[in-house]
Amino acid sequence: MREAMDPWTFVIASYAIGVGATAAMIAWSLLSMKRAEKRRDEARKR
Amino acid sequence: MHGFANPARFLRIARWLMPLCMGAGIVVAAAALGWGLFEAPAERLQGETVRIVYLHVPAAWLGMAGWMGIAAASFSELVWRHPLAGIASRACAVPGALFTAVCLVTGSLWGRPAWGTWWVWDGRLTSMLVLLFLYFGWMALSQASEASDGGHNKAPAIFGLVGAVNIPIIHYSVTWWNSLHQPPSITMGSSAMSADFLVPLLSAMLGFTLIFAGVVLARMRAILADQQAEARLRRKALSEAEF
Repeated sequence: MREAMDPWTFVIASYAIGVGATAAMIAWSLLSMKRAEKRRDEARKR
Repeated sequence: MHGFANPARFLRIARWLMPLCMGAGIVVAAAALGWGLFEAPAERLQGETVRIVYLHVPAAWLGMAGWMGIAAASFSELVWRHPLAGIASRACAVPGALFTAVCLVTGSLWGRPAWGTWWVWDGRLTSMLVLLFLYFGWMALSQASEASDGGHNKAPAIFGLVGAVNIPIIHYSVTWWNSLHQPPSITMGSSAMSADFLVPLLSAMLGFTLIFAGVVLARMRAILADQQAEARLRRKALSEAEF
């Protein structure tokens, strides 16, 4: 007997993981860039 | 390409290109995913689960594109000693690995309702998992070579070129071996997909590719800034030690 599965559970889980991971990667790359450029500018001022 | 060998020139371009790619990518990807989720029709056989394709296919493409970027930069580093090639390789690794992982997870979430299983050890799925392990290996090797030799070790570049052998294996795995995975629906110049599915899919691929480009440029700016800060602090420490 085939078990009944709600396809939307899988669709929503996929979108949550995919969009969440992409958003986290964008935030991490922008924050690390800002932090590194601030550190370089401070090193230049010294 | 050698015109961009000057880091100052590269930074001048990256300062406006990075936010442009990132902003346009977020808008296009969000619109394509919204379209795929709410507007595109359900598929005759797969039903609503077909909506996972709008995330799964761009993630698969970018997982492979990330390694092709590493291989191209490695070639440029080994042959022309391009000063930004090693930085470009390092910048491609994390987004490439992340999209490979997203491809594997969304593929598994697609496989359970469509095939009745989370995972099978067939050519396509296994070669994609191998790609993820190649990314992990490359990142570990790159970090180790940077720590031991100031980033001048050729080992990551050679590994990047050798690992590119896996890309055609991933691509042709569904035609070489029997697989639960469907054969390619989109080939050069033709598509077996209806426009109802194809247009949001191509839009999602464009949007995520722009996001990928924006993240790679941001990573390159971060790595360059780190190197410049290190060099400045080292020079300062040396000049203070002399007096």
